[in-house]
Amino acid sequence: MKILVCIKQVPDMESRFKINSEGTWYDEADLAFRMNEYDEYAVEQAVQLKEQLCGEAEITILSIGPDRVVEAIRKGLAMGGDRGVHIQDSKYYQKDPWQIAATIAGYAEKHRFDLIFTGMQSQDRGSAQVGVTLAEQLDFACATTAVGFAYDSGSIAVKRELEGGGKGVVRLKLPALVTCQMGLNTPRYPTLPNIMKAKKKEFQTVPISELLREAELTATGRMYPPAKKGAGLILEGEVANLSERLFALLKERTAVFR
Amino acid sequence: MKALLICEYREGKLLESSYELQAFARLLGAESAMVLIGSAAQAPKFDGKVYLADAGRYGEYNPDLHKKLVLEAIAKEDPDYIVFLHSSYGWDLAPRVAAALKAGQITEIVALVEDKFEVTCCNAKIRRSVAAKTARTVLTIQAGAFSFTGEPQGIPQLERLEVGDETGKVEFIGYEAAEPKDVDLTRAEVIVSAGRGIGKKDNVPVIAALAQALGGELGASRPVVDAGWVAQSHQVGSTGQTVSPKLYVACGISGAIQHLAGMKKADFIVAINKDKDAPIGEIADILIVADVMQFVPVFTEHVRRQ
Repeated sequence: MKILVCIKQVPDMESRFKINSEGTWYDEADLAFRMNEYDEYAVEQAVQLKEQLCGEAEITILSIGPDRVVEAIRKGLAMGGDRGVHIQDSKYYQKDPWQIAATIAGYAEKHRFDLIFTGMQSQDRGSAQVGVTLAEQLDFACATTAVGFAYDSGSIAVKRELEGGGKGVVRLKLPALVTCQMGLNTPRYPTLPNIMKAKKKEFQTVPISELLREAELTATGRMYPPAKKGAGLILEGEVANLSERLFALLKERTAVFR
Repeated sequence: MKALLICEYREGKLLESSYELQAFARLLGAESAMVLIGSAAQAPKFDGKVYLADAGRYGEYNPDLHKKLVLEAIAKEDPDYIVFLHSSYGWDLAPRVAAALKAGQITEIVALVEDKFEVTCCNAKIRRSVAAKTARTVLTIQAGAFSFTGEPQGIPQLERLEVGDETGKVEFIGYEAAEPKDVDLTRAEVIVSAGRGIGKKDNVPVIAALAQALGGELGASRPVVDAGWVAQSHQVGSTGQTVSPKLYVACGISGAIQHLAGMKKADFIVAINKDKDAPIGEIADILIVADVMQFVPVFTEHVRRQ
């Protein structure tokens, strides 16, 4: 079985963000990048499926972006991917979800994958479009927001997470694409020997210009910090002092200590 | 300007959130029509046209057939905007419709700014304004961002919507109910919740101790539950429990929209976070800017001494 996992590298969401000089994306300087969290579940599910198939599968880990994304692909390989594909694009943030999906479709059409995993969305842009759009472009069956996954002889059962904690169970035949929600599995930590092995795995670099033939359908105007509502009180200072102040405020403004 | 609003229907019922689409269309200043794949008995209250397809025939969830039905309604109505809720139904179906039309899609809109749509990114720390470059645009709106005020009114003018009976590529098997809750947070007067900011599983008892000192229950954000630090029955948020305690203390919770949806109705919210810009600060009555693992033990001691 040929499996493709599409991953993105995103900034640590705990970072403080600044806007870049173009005013349309965040400034990458001083940010620590890591694999998009949803995508870790996607990689893990692919690796678990390969284990279920007793190794009879090949997992390709693909990412689009500047050279820094190689690190995220290597992590995917250390988790159990077989080959890495880096689609080079330093201006990735100027591509809209339609173009990102079309780029991956351009690659996938040549490789005839049976199953594609993606995260349900990225933590930075969060369009939640690329996976589904890619499936439509490739005419694959598609299930989103997977919190449960089972494969059995050419078909898969996916539990989709619904609002309120319920689930919807669906069945799809391969070729299919599944977008992964957090909690689908427990992503493994790469071990040191696997990190070393990952460095020797097949790795391909493709400039985006070789794959992208589509124009953008949406355009980002400005990017800016949200307007502060400033309704609440912000307390800063020494812990002991903060504790005193919070206690006094709760006594004054809530019924908790009465 | 015309908008086509796609209602949601599950387990035989129109979802109330469908009215948020009406609120959004009003703000947009668009003339609108609705689509319901459900039943006539559950048609939305609305002074306008509702394209109705029978869920008995097309299923409550069948993305390929629902896509065709929505496309059929688009052909009849010729809308500028096709609007979905950003939900498990909407984010699943919207990109399929957009791809079929080759229309631009703008996801999870939180506000309208002049002629552009505002969306959030990076955990709601940044906003972007996005515009479509295509004649038709597919939109999804954030749940709760455009609330419908007042009672829905109106008598819809129903028009049948039909497509061929071919099957889709995704077969719906059935629903699975949410797991029963062994902890009922909805009745708690005080909830102290742990977020990823507490750092590790070993720190959970420190947060639980504060909950106990305040006579409340322990809550948790989704990442903490997914990591296995706290049981799912303690999860607060759109896929967990929706709570309204007298006091909610958010410890190391950044404030993802899904979490806020579950706790913003608390009477009083205290957030402890080392990041002054964390979105939780937007709804907190008091934001304590401090390392949660340094602050909480000191405060717990303080509460116990009283």
